[in-house]
Amino acid sequence: MYLQTLFIALREIRRNAMRSFLTILGIIIGVSAVIIMSTIGNGATAKVTADIARLGSNMLSIRPGQMRGPGGASAEAKPLEMADVTAIEREVGNLEAVAPTATKGVTVIYGNMNWSTSVIGTTNRYLAVRDWEIAEGRPFSESETRSGKMVCLIGQTVRRELFGGQSPVGEQVRIGRQSCRVAGLLQSKGQSSFGTDQDDIVLIPLQAFQSKISGNRDISRIYLSVNEGASTEQAQEEIRLLLRERRRVGPKESDDFSVFDMKEISDTMTGTTEVLTTLLSAVAAVSLLVGGIGIMNIMLVSVTERTREIGVRLAIGAREREVLLQFLVEAVVLSTLGGITGILFGVSSSFGITNLLRIPYVLDPLMIIIAFIFSTAIGIIFGFFPARKAAHLNPIDALRHE
Amino acid sequence: MTPSHSSYSENGPVPLVEFQQVTKAYGRGAAEVKALRGLNVRIHEKEFVAVMGPSGSGKSTCMNILGCLDIPTTGSYLFGGIPVGTLSRDQRAILRRHYLGFVFQGYNLLGRTSAMENVELPLLYRRTPASRRHSLAREALRTVGLEGFEHHTPAELSGGQQQRVAIARAIVAQPALLLADEPTGNLDTEKSHEIMDMLRSFNSGLGITIIMVTHEPDMAAYAGRVIRFKDGQVDSDNRNGGKA
Repeated sequence: MYLQTLFIALREIRRNAMRSFLTILGIIIGVSAVIIMSTIGNGATAKVTADIARLGSNMLSIRPGQMRGPGGASAEAKPLEMADVTAIEREVGNLEAVAPTATKGVTVIYGNMNWSTSVIGTTNRYLAVRDWEIAEGRPFSESETRSGKMVCLIGQTVRRELFGGQSPVGEQVRIGRQSCRVAGLLQSKGQSSFGTDQDDIVLIPLQAFQSKISGNRDISRIYLSVNEGASTEQAQEEIRLLLRERRRVGPKESDDFSVFDMKEISDTMTGTTEVLTTLLSAVAAVSLLVGGIGIMNIMLVSVTERTREIGVRLAIGAREREVLLQFLVEAVVLSTLGGITGILFGVSSSFGITNLLRIPYVLDPLMIIIAFIFSTAIGIIFGFFPARKAAHLNPIDALRHE
Repeated sequence: MTPSHSSYSENGPVPLVEFQQVTKAYGRGAAEVKALRGLNVRIHEKEFVAVMGPSGSGKSTCMNILGCLDIPTTGSYLFGGIPVGTLSRDQRAILRRHYLGFVFQGYNLLGRTSAMENVELPLLYRRTPASRRHSLAREALRTVGLEGFEHHTPAELSGGQQQRVAIARAIVAQPALLLADEPTGNLDTEKSHEIMDMLRSFNSGLGITIIMVTHEPDMAAYAGRVIRFKDGQVDSDNRNGGKA
C-alpha cells in the first residue's frame, strides 16, 4: 500500500513537472546554501589553521608598545634595539632562532620598472624563523650581514613586477637611492591569513638597512622560534621578564611591549571563522525553512486546485488516511527530491567555489546527512497541514467544486 | 459488513437498497432546509431506475445517500441490508470501493492522466495487483468502445469519449450498483443515446443495477422504472417496459 501511494505521488509529481520544480526550488536553494556555507566555512578554518602552521606555530614575535591585536601598535613606545636581541639570545632558553627586523615602505627600481614594496632589514635567521626557503640564488653571507653590504633577497611578487619571467639573481636594482644586488629569490608563500601578500617583500641585511635606508638603529619587531617540543608560554614569560627589566618597566606599570604567540592568534582566528561558519549556516538554514513554507503554500494551492480530484478519489472509495497519505507522501517526495538536488548542487558548487577561493575542500558528511533529514522532515511538517485539509474534504462538496 | 444482496428473506428477495422513512435536513433552526421528508423506496438487484424531478425536489440528496456519501438525518438507509447511517466515514469509503460505481455529469476524470490510469483508479484503491489491473482496465475500455485510446489524456478525447472513459472507470471493478448523475447532461442527442445504449447493455448483460438521475424523458425511457421526486418525497413510481 505504501509503495502504491509512493507510485501515485510520483505520478502526480510527474504530471505537474514544472510546478513541482518551482515548489522544490526553495528547498534546493536552502539545502545547497547550507552545504556551500558550511563547506566554505570549514575550508576557511582549515586554511587559517594551515596558514598559521606555515607561519610557524612555534613562533613568537615581539613589538614595542601594548597591542590588542596584530597591527595595532602604539606609536609612543620606545623602539627595540639590537642589544635586546642579543640579550634574548643569551638569556632565554630553548630558542631555535631569533631574527630582528625593521621595515620601511620603499620603491624598488629595475631598468624602467618600479614597484612599491616593503623592505625588511633582517638576518638570515629570519628565513629560519619563518621557515622560508630560497627558490633561486643564495641567502646573505656572514660577511654581507656583518659589513652591511647592499644585497637583497626578493619575493615572488616583486620578481614578477620588476623582472617578469626573467631570473633576477645577480641583477642590480635600486632601493631608494641605493644600488643593490639581488642575491636570491624567495619561494612563494602566498597570502597570509590576514589577507596580505607575503611575497611582496624585499629582504636586505639589517646593518645595511639601518645605515642606508632607515638611518636609525631601531628594531621594529623581533621574530623568534622556539625549539620543537618546548613551551612557547614559558619562552614568552621569560622574554617578558627580561624585557621589563631591560626597558625599566616599574612593578606597577604594564608592559610597554607585546609578545605574540602565533598559537594564540591561530586559536583566535580559527574561533572567528568557526563563529562565521555557524552564522552563515544559520542564515542558510532560515532559507531552508522558507523553502518549507513554500512547499506548504504550493501544496495548499494544489489541494484547492485538485478539490474535484479529491472528491472523485473519495467517491471511488479512498479512505481519509489514504488521501492524507497521498498528499503527505507527495510533499515528502518533493522535499526529498529537493534535498537530493540541493545536496548534489551544493556539493558540486562548493567544490567549484573552494577551488576558486583557493581554500581546501572540506566536505562534512554529517552536514549532508543533516541536510537530507532536515529536508525530508520539512516535507512531513509542512505537508501535513495541506494533506489533512485534503483528507477532511467532504466528497459531496468536493465533487461540486468549480 | 458484506451486503447480503443476493440472499433471500421470508418476504422474497432482500432489496439492494432501501429507504425507510428517510429525512434529510440541512442547516439549523430557522435556516433549516428539509431536502427529504420521509422517503420510502426499495430498489432491487438488476433494476434500471431513472430518477426525475425538478431541482430542489431532493433527488440529489437521495443520490448522495444512495452513494453512501451522506447519511440520513432520521430514518434509515439500508444497502444490502446494512444500515449505512451507522457506519463511519471510512467504513462507507470501503463500501463504495467494493460495491459502488459513479458516473458524473462533468465526467470528473483526472486531468493529464491517461484513460488507462483513470480507469485503473478504483482498482488501485482495491489493491488489485498491477498486471490484473492493466488487463481489467483494458477490458473495460474495450467494453465502452475505446480500444486504442488507452494512452489518450482527457484533453485529447471528445466529451462523449470522456464520458465513456468515466463509465469504464465506474464498471471496471464490477460494482453492485452504478449511480449515474445526469450522465448525458453535457452531450448531444446522438452521443446521449450511445451512452444510454451502453448503460442498458450493462444492466441487461452484466446485471449491474443502475440508478440514474436525468432531466430528459428520452433518457428516462431507457430505464425499466421511473421515480419522480417532488418536495423531498416520491411523487410517482412507474414501471415501464423500457425503450425497446
